[in-house]
Amino acid sequence: MITLAEYLALGAVLFSLGVAGIFLNRKNVIILLMAIELMLLAVNMNFVAFSHFLNDLAGQVFVFFILTVAAAEAAIGLAILVVLFRNLQTINVEDLKSMKG
Amino acid sequence: MEYIYLAIPLAPLLGAIIAGLFSGAIGRKGAHTVTILGVATAFALSLVCLKHHIIDGAAAYNDTVYTWMVSDGIRFEVGFLVDKLTVLMMNVVTFVSLMVHIYTIGYMADDAHNWPKESLAGKNSYQRFFSYIALFTFAMLMLVMSNNFLQLFFGWEAVGLVSYLLIGFWSVRPTAIFANMKAFLVNRVGDFGFLLGIAAIVAYFNSLDYWDVFAAAPAMSDLQISILGDSSWSLMTVICILLFIGAMGKSAQVPLHVWLPDSMEGPTPISALIHAATMVTAGIFMVARMSPLFELSTTALSFVLIIGAITALFMGFLGLVQHDIKRVVAYSTLSQLGYMTVALGASAYAAGIFHLMTHAFFKALLFLGAGSVIIAMHHDQDMRNMGGLRKYMPITWLTSLIGSLALIGTPFFSGFFSKDTIIEAVKHSQTPGAGFAYIAVLLGVFITALYSFRMYFLVFHGKPRMDEHTREHLHETPWVVWVPLVLLAIPSIFAGYWIDPVVFGDYFKDIIYVAPANDSLATLSANYHGAVGFVTHAFHGPAVYLAAAGVFAAWLIYMKNPHWADKAQQKAGFIYRILVNKYYADDFNNAVFGGGTRGLGFALWQLGDRLLIDGIIVNGSARVVGWWAAILRHIQTGYLYHYAFAMIVGLLALVSWTVFLR
Amino acid sequence: MLDLPLLSLLIWVPILGGIAALIVGDREPWGARTIALIFSVITFLLSLPLWGWFDSSTAAMQFQELQPWITAFNINYHLGVDGISMPLIILTTFTTVLVVIAGWEVIKFKAHQYMAAFLIMEGLMIGVFSALDAILFYVFWEGMLIPMFLIIGVWGGPRRVYATIKFFLYTFLGSVFMLIALVYMYLQGDSMAILDYHTLQLGMTEQILIFLAFLLAFAVKVPMFPVHTWLPDAHVEAPTGGSVILAAIMLKIGGYGFLRFSLPITPDAAMELDWLVITLSLIAVVYIGFVAIVQQDMKKLIAYSSIAHMGFVTLGFFLIFSIIQNNGGTQGAVLGLEGGMVQMISHGFISGALFLCVGVLYDRMHSRQIADYGGVINTMPVFGGFMVLFAMANSGLPGTSGFIGEFMVVLASFKADFWYAFLAATTLILGAAYSLWLVKRVVFGEVANDNVAKLQDVNGREFFVLGTLAVAVLVLGLWPAPLLDVMHATIENLLAHVTVSKL
Repeated sequence: MITLAEYLALGAVLFSLGVAGIFLNRKNVIILLMAIELMLLAVNMNFVAFSHFLNDLAGQVFVFFILTVAAAEAAIGLAILVVLFRNLQTINVEDLKSMKG
Repeated sequence: MEYIYLAIPLAPLLGAIIAGLFSGAIGRKGAHTVTILGVATAFALSLVCLKHHIIDGAAAYNDTVYTWMVSDGIRFEVGFLVDKLTVLMMNVVTFVSLMVHIYTIGYMADDAHNWPKESLAGKNSYQRFFSYIALFTFAMLMLVMSNNFLQLFFGWEAVGLVSYLLIGFWSVRPTAIFANMKAFLVNRVGDFGFLLGIAAIVAYFNSLDYWDVFAAAPAMSDLQISILGDSSWSLMTVICILLFIGAMGKSAQVPLHVWLPDSMEGPTPISALIHAATMVTAGIFMVARMSPLFELSTTALSFVLIIGAITALFMGFLGLVQHDIKRVVAYSTLSQLGYMTVALGASAYAAGIFHLMTHAFFKALLFLGAGSVIIAMHHDQDMRNMGGLRKYMPITWLTSLIGSLALIGTPFFSGFFSKDTIIEAVKHSQTPGAGFAYIAVLLGVFITALYSFRMYFLVFHGKPRMDEHTREHLHETPWVVWVPLVLLAIPSIFAGYWIDPVVFGDYFKDIIYVAPANDSLATLSANYHGAVGFVTHAFHGPAVYLAAAGVFAAWLIYMKNPHWADKAQQKAGFIYRILVNKYYADDFNNAVFGGGTRGLGFALWQLGDRLLIDGIIVNGSARVVGWWAAILRHIQTGYLYHYAFAMIVGLLALVSWTVFLR
Repeated sequence: MLDLPLLSLLIWVPILGGIAALIVGDREPWGARTIALIFSVITFLLSLPLWGWFDSSTAAMQFQELQPWITAFNINYHLGVDGISMPLIILTTFTTVLVVIAGWEVIKFKAHQYMAAFLIMEGLMIGVFSALDAILFYVFWEGMLIPMFLIIGVWGGPRRVYATIKFFLYTFLGSVFMLIALVYMYLQGDSMAILDYHTLQLGMTEQILIFLAFLLAFAVKVPMFPVHTWLPDAHVEAPTGGSVILAAIMLKIGGYGFLRFSLPITPDAAMELDWLVITLSLIAVVYIGFVAIVQQDMKKLIAYSSIAHMGFVTLGFFLIFSIIQNNGGTQGAVLGLEGGMVQMISHGFISGALFLCVGVLYDRMHSRQIADYGGVINTMPVFGGFMVLFAMANSGLPGTSGFIGEFMVVLASFKADFWYAFLAATTLILGAAYSLWLVKRVVFGEVANDNVAKLQDVNGREFFVLGTLAVAVLVLGLWPAPLLDVMHATIENLLAHVTVSKL
């Protein structure tokens, strides 16, 4: 039997991977988006795990919502990415620093 | 009577306003007519008051004209106190003023010469001058007729204003506009003390009215106040010394005398009116008026006495080395003001006022005589270029001789009576410092005779030293100039015989208060047996002989052996330099007060305002914000992953705070 | 008495006039100016009944108007005047008329906006003086900054940006502290009415903090040393009209604030900290007097002299406590308070007149440097006469309005302490020194250069403006009783209120 702790550990590992992906990645914006998805999925993992162990379906309902929003976000994110590439000819994260103070 | 009192100051004011504001419309003739009419009215009405108060023996009039304002239960009013002292001053002021007005018609007739051709300020200068002197008459009358300290201060400053305007009348002359600013500022130093004196009176008496204050003063005579730390001062001493500082400014007593010689930059008529006869005696008048206060403080009287003695003697010395005819008379004025102050210090107020009156006549005469000479000399004032004018200007010569004789105290002339009374009074005075003052005034008699007759001989006798062109045009001045000289010469001779009631009689009874212990005049009046007796008595004292010696010395040095003067000048070069440089008082003031003030102002501005407040605090705080921003901007890298990292760290910090620390 | 909402009219008529001037625009040169003149004159005329119908026997607020405004926070549109604010309102309406006339042909650039700014400014300033609700007061107080900010920023001199930002930040810094104090008192008493604040019980610590917050706000406005350095810069860069309004009225709002807020709301703190205000005031008189002497720029000189003269105002206001302490009674305190009030009115006339004088010269020569002038009286004798008169008034000559306030404050300060009076009276010397040295260098002397030789004397419009002020200065100087009469009741009531401890 897989324990709740093991699910949570997996979620934590996935989340950490996502976080690390965000600030270790210096090359590609697409990887950034993927890292964000990974973090969301890690959270979903926790929801499902808790839902199962607590016998409460609300957690799984929440997961549906999150998946929906994540899909929409990915769509918009990719659309922005396309526009960005069209304007700047690059999706290299190192080059995207026009907000520098 | 009230309307007459009101009309006396207002008539000259009306003349001044008309002549000043409508100068273009009324022209020169209109201007002098209207102002002379105003002053003549004032003089005539003053004579009526004189009769009313002296012959009819009317009681003193004291009433309010209008209430200026009321605050905190203190009434600030404009009102008149007319008693015998006031009446005397009113007549002196309006008489001398009238004479000067008439004289001015001649003196300022060709004033256009004194202005650059294109200057618009010179266009109506004649009218403006008349307006100013009439305004002065108004201000001076307000001063002497006042029944309270507010109006006294008003008149005090107003005469200062007109004096400022008139000294700088020829505003295109750099020396004139320097002199008038100097005069006003030095007077303001005196007024600074005067204002504090008034403030002290209000603080302790809660009234500005003379009579209220005088009535309450004896009860306050023992009051001590602490000013600096624990040292306590008698209130009366503080008040009197502060008031006297005001008098020192106005009446040009050492060390606030420096403005008066420079004030000779103004036209001569005003030197006669303002800087000899009337305004400068305001301080003397004020102290005499305040006698009920001054009598309560021996310290203050002693202070007055010593200041007066120093002025009387040391300003006289300066008259010996001047070449400018007006400056000789100016230093003589300073010295004579010192005599009056000495009289006040010796509690011989009546003698001081009496000398004020006689001095007003003969000093105005001397100034106007000097002005007459200056007109004849085409506005050359250097005595080294004069000489032998007696032949050309007989009336000016004779009247100036009368003036000089009166000034040095020749028996039977007016100045003799007044000056000799002062000397005698000081001799009998018990006030601390009287011994020194007695020596100073006695020595002053010799000096006075010496410089007066030095001037007289240099100007009217000896060989003419002017250039050919000037000599050809020398002639007696027109009647408008010499008539006032003659009219002033008459009282210069005879005014002294009024000594009987004014000094030794009960003229000033209930007006001037003298404490019995200080009453130096009482001894004199015990020995007084008529004017002629007074003269014969004088021959038992040294003063008459000193005056004669002075005249003789002047004759010896400047007529008989003119090279003696040069020799003395070389032998005593050190003393001569001190005298020519006026004891270095001007240099000291310019360097220390003038330079010091500018230096301090500049330092405060640059260091305080610019560097400290603006530089460090105001712009400094702006700069600190800028520095911080410059440092903090580096956090804003623009890289997404840095922001994400910051968010994660922040999240971690918050979570660990909530989990572990709470 | 007619039942007109007089104060509301005084506030909104000029603001409407300003909007009208903006709408008319500058397509035709006369339109906006004429509107501005008409509206400012109407406002002035409307302010006269304020004096005429004023009941000087009572200290209560008069001409009151009360409408609910923001009911949730108990904030009302509450107006009213007493003997302190009424003369200041009349000073405002009077000065604005003169400023409109003075700027008549001089302002060429966007004249309609210039006129509009002054009219709106006038409405807001009257609002400050008549507001009885703290938030309403605060709105007017801050709103006033905007037109002044624009006036200096748009029509100012070369360093106007620096000057405006300095002016704005300085005044704003003070205001926010005041807002905190107001809100705190609202929380304590659940009312925004200023008169309720007067009776609000406050502890010593609270009072001291509130007092300091108010002090900061008002000290900047007055301005007091050491928060005065915005004033010379603002004056130098401001156009003539801006300088006049700034000196004649805006500075008075600081003094008004002390009487309306600091003293009655926090009497115990004022007693505790009066040494601070007195020291700063005396520093203003002496230190600033010295600084004024060495100024090279005419406007800066007058600006510094304003600071010195305003020192008398604050000195007079805060003498109460040491007078009571030293004499055991309040005799003399009224003299100080009323002296400060008279000094405010008189300084409004005199500093306004002096700035207008500088404006007259600046319009001709485009220079404010004293060194560029000399012998002006030779080409402009009438102007020279005015300048000498106003300089004399500035140095406190009796017979002009400048004398009264200084005289009263010196008299009162002698009651408090000899050395207060001693230091205050130095203004006789210092004031004369900077005023007369200015006159000597600018007005008197020989014609200094060709530019001066070409000067034209004042025209009719300038003569009218300067002449009106000269009359005002002389009338007030020769007969100040009417002005004093309207404020007696209010001042005495204020004094009675202040001397009762709130602890």
